[in-house]
Amino acid sequence: MTWNRKHLLDLQNMAAAEITHVLDTAREFKTVGERSIKKVPALRGKTVVNFFVEPSTRTRISFELAALRLSADVINFSAEASSLKKGETLRDTARNLEALNADVIIIRHSASGAPHFLARFLNAHVVNAGDGAHEHPTQGLLDAFTIRERKGRIEGLNVTILGDILYSRVARSNIWALTKLGARVTLCGPPTLVPKCFESFAPNVRVTWNIDEALKGADVVNLLRIQHERQKASMFPSTSEYAALFGLNEARMKQVKPDALIMHPGPINRGVEIDSSVADGLQSVILEQVTNGLAVRMATLFLVNGGRGFSVAG
Amino acid sequence: MPTPVIDALTLQRTLQRISHEIVERNPDDSQFVLVGIQRGGVPVARRLAAILADILGRPVPCGAIDVTFHRDDLDRRAAPVIYPTEIPGDINGRTVVLVDDVLYTGRTIRAALDALHEFGRPRRVQLAVLVDRGHRELPIKADFVGKNIPTSVKDSVEVQLMESDGSDAVYLFGPAA
Repeated sequence: MTWNRKHLLDLQNMAAAEITHVLDTAREFKTVGERSIKKVPALRGKTVVNFFVEPSTRTRISFELAALRLSADVINFSAEASSLKKGETLRDTARNLEALNADVIIIRHSASGAPHFLARFLNAHVVNAGDGAHEHPTQGLLDAFTIRERKGRIEGLNVTILGDILYSRVARSNIWALTKLGARVTLCGPPTLVPKCFESFAPNVRVTWNIDEALKGADVVNLLRIQHERQKASMFPSTSEYAALFGLNEARMKQVKPDALIMHPGPINRGVEIDSSVADGLQSVILEQVTNGLAVRMATLFLVNGGRGFSVAG
Repeated sequence: MPTPVIDALTLQRTLQRISHEIVERNPDDSQFVLVGIQRGGVPVARRLAAILADILGRPVPCGAIDVTFHRDDLDRRAAPVIYPTEIPGDINGRTVVLVDDVLYTGRTIRAALDALHEFGRPRRVQLAVLVDRGHRELPIKADFVGKNIPTSVKDSVEVQLMESDGSDAVYLFGPAA
C-alpha cells in the first residue's frame, strides 16, 4: 500500500485499503503515546494551522496535541477572533494562512465542502476536521480504529448508529468507513432525523425507526448527540420523549450482544441519548475513542505530509 | 537467480562469527540487548539472539525499533509503512547492539540512534550489520560486519532470510535494465 494523498477530505472517496492503512499507521502512533517520551520528530519544522471557523474544543485539542507530538508548530485560529468577522472571504483568509508558510491547514467549517474548496487552490495539505453535516473523516477513522482494536475485525459486524443521523457528519463518515470495511450498519432514531434515503449510501445500510429492532444482535452501538444547533426546526416533541423512546438505558442493553461496544463521539448528554450507568459501564469505550482519536490524527498528519511517489524501504 | 554473494552456509557461519565477536567485545557486560532495525534488521537480530543464547546458555533480550519518525526524508517520498517498536525492558545503563541487514548511507543508523535515545540512555551502543556496502553519507561505522561488499550506488543488495523468504542468501543486483 502506497499512500499518495495530499489531503484528507472525506472517507466517501477513499478505498478500503487506504482506510486500513491509516488504521495500521495509527496503531503504531498509539504506542508512541504510551512511552515516557510521547513526542517524535516526524514533522519537525512543519507548521500546522488549526483553522476552526465553527467552534470546537475536543477535536481542536486532539489535532493540536497530535501535531505537537509530531514536533510540528501549531497555530490555533478561530472564527470569533478572525477577519472572517470583518468580511474577509474564506478563500482570502486561507490564502493568508498559506502566505505564512503553513504546511497543513486543518479546517472545520459549518459549510459542507469547505475543505474541498480550500484544497482546490491551496498548496498546503488540507485536513477536514468536520464540514457541516457532510463528513468528519478523522472521527469515522477513530471509530473504525476503536472497533477493530476491540473486536479484532470490522468485517461482518453489526454496527448500530443511533440518534440524529440527518444532521450528523459523524454518522456519514462512519457509514462510509464501516461499510467499505465490510460491516453491516443499522441507522435508528426518530423518523424526522433518520430518512430512509440513507439506505442508498451503501448496500449494507439499513434504516429502522424501531429501537428494539436496531439493538437486537448489535456488536457495536454508536450513539450520537442531538445536534440542536443544526436543526432549523424542532425535529421531535421533547428531550424527555426522545430519552424514553431512543435513550440507551440498562433495560435496552439486554438486547445488544453481551460483548457489544458502546461508543459516543462526545460530548455526551447524560440522561438523554445515554444513561450514566451505560456511559460509565464496562462495555463503554467512550474514553478509549478519545485516546484513539489522538493516534488517528497523528497518523493522518504524518501520512498527508509524506512526499509523493513510491515508498522506498529501509 | 544469479549466484549469491553470500550463500546459506556462509550466512549462517557469518552470523555465528558476529555472535562470538559480540560476546568477545562485551566480556564485562552480560547485560547487552539486541535491537533490530525494522524491517530488515529484525530477523537478523532474532537469529543472532538465538545463537547468543546457545553460546551464553541464557536467553538474550531481543527487540525491534522502527526509525520512520526520525528519518530526514519524509517529504521526499511517500509516507512509509510503520512497523512495531518493541524495546526489551529498560535500556538505561545497558549495552545495546543495534542490528541491521545492510549498512549503506548511514542515515537509517542516525535515525535509529535518535529513536533509541527516546527510550533511555544506554551505557553504549554498538552496531552489527550483515552487509556493509559502503557509500556512507554520515560518519558512521559498524562494530561488527558480516561481509564488506563493494557496490555502485546503482546496484541493489537483497538479503533473503529463511524466516521471511524461505531461504538464506545475499544477492547483488546491477542497475535495472
